[in-house]
Amino acid sequence: MAERQVYMDHGATTPMREEVLEAMSPFLRGHYGNPSSLHSQGRLVRRELEKAREQIAEALGVDKDEIYFTSGGTESNNIALHGVAAARNVPGHIITSSIEHHAVLDVCCELEKNGHQVTYLSVDSYGRVDPEELKREIRPDTFFISIMAANNEIGTLQPLEEFGKIAAESKILFHTDAVQAVGQIPLEPGQLNIDLLSLSAHKLNGPKGIGALYIRRGVTVSPVYQGGGQEKTIRPGTENVPGIIGMARALELAVSEMDQKRDMLTRLRDRLISGLLKIDQVRLNGHPLERLPGNVNVSFQHIEGESILLSLDLQGVAASSGSACSSGSAEPSHVLSALGLDHHTAHGSIRFSLGRGNEQADIDYVLKIMPAIIDKLRRISPTYKPKAG
Amino acid sequence: MYNEKVVDHFSNPRNVGELENADAIGETGSFKCGDTMKIYLKVEEGIIKDVRFQTYGCGAAIASSSMLTEMVKGKTLDQALQITNQDVADELGGLPPLKLHCSNLAADALHNAIENYKKKQTA
Repeated sequence: MAERQVYMDHGATTPMREEVLEAMSPFLRGHYGNPSSLHSQGRLVRRELEKAREQIAEALGVDKDEIYFTSGGTESNNIALHGVAAARNVPGHIITSSIEHHAVLDVCCELEKNGHQVTYLSVDSYGRVDPEELKREIRPDTFFISIMAANNEIGTLQPLEEFGKIAAESKILFHTDAVQAVGQIPLEPGQLNIDLLSLSAHKLNGPKGIGALYIRRGVTVSPVYQGGGQEKTIRPGTENVPGIIGMARALELAVSEMDQKRDMLTRLRDRLISGLLKIDQVRLNGHPLERLPGNVNVSFQHIEGESILLSLDLQGVAASSGSACSSGSAEPSHVLSALGLDHHTAHGSIRFSLGRGNEQADIDYVLKIMPAIIDKLRRISPTYKPKAG
Repeated sequence: MYNEKVVDHFSNPRNVGELENADAIGETGSFKCGDTMKIYLKVEEGIIKDVRFQTYGCGAAIASSSMLTEMVKGKTLDQALQITNQDVADELGGLPPLKLHCSNLAADALHNAIENYKKKQTA
């Protein structure tokens, strides 16, 4: 048994809060009515469901009619992209970035097959999209811009406000995949000219299998599913009521505690980064300042990410890696490649994503065990030559 | 994902490092995922007297290299040539299917070392 158990994979998912479970509990037990039913059981659930919608709208500073419940980030992104594209009669042009999550990138590839054209904007070595490049790529037939708020692997924050302004000036719809950002940094669609925004509950200490899509009033999204007409036909199917209640509570808590949590995580993050950078031949991936409060992504030369993860796991630390060998494909992460990292450097990367519950002792534990892990693996590596002496 | 034996060979790899005055060195790599393995052999009268390895790669790559070095010590070159990557995986009690192709290359490095040794002998 390891000396300490440390969870630093909040970018993958987060532990659900006790308060969230408590809020959900009645809807997993007695309040089982279908919100579409006429009877009192159904009406009671409907009232609570609409209350949850209001809470979520309030947390984002939008109107409750603009919130649609989905099964999570992936579905929100799919509905946003497919739904807006389907509302057009003719194929057009979409702009996105080369470091989007697959839930955006792969949808774009699918839309290309349907005749749409897609521009994948490059990023600088920190993972930032240049607003000037965005401007240059806009064409008369551009109808959609989708750029993530914060990158899941390297944590880089995008200048959303500038993108929003550019999109609004050109009368192009602007969508952002904010799955990693909501609850972490202030994000109000109204102030940022965001027309559509995807979020997911399990990234903010809520339950899995539930998310939301914000669609600004007046934006036409065609249904991509057919069914019972729930969520104004945008996402038919009986609502995941306990999930929705849990998501609303989780978001409410996350937003009310955001400033405090952000300060705490930023402090821990920077302590971890500066400690890791003391190790020989290591680099920080992503932007040094414009990054998610809890994100640390580093590359170690001469060793491979999965073997680092495995070593960490054996000592009680849960992290993740952009290395192909742990994700099940042979190619290194498209995000790290887009930053210009060579094959080996990308393979030697690992991500620690901090969140609620992490404390300084966790950081210090990781920093204590890390040098020996790296040293041991490098001694096995054929490419590493230890410094003389 | 990995069984106990694999984790053991990963955590406590046997015969790591370079071998000074090696009689033969073999190398192999997976172009796709970047894994690289290097095997050093000490050969006396056709028998592998000592062996070392260096590996860049994931847990499976390191464990299979370590396992292989245990399997070949004391074997004749001809016996060693019979060992396949699959034998190494079997001796480890199995590897995840995905890893069988990309990271289970130790026997290839060994065969390369033996080829290099034989070339040197006939030269």
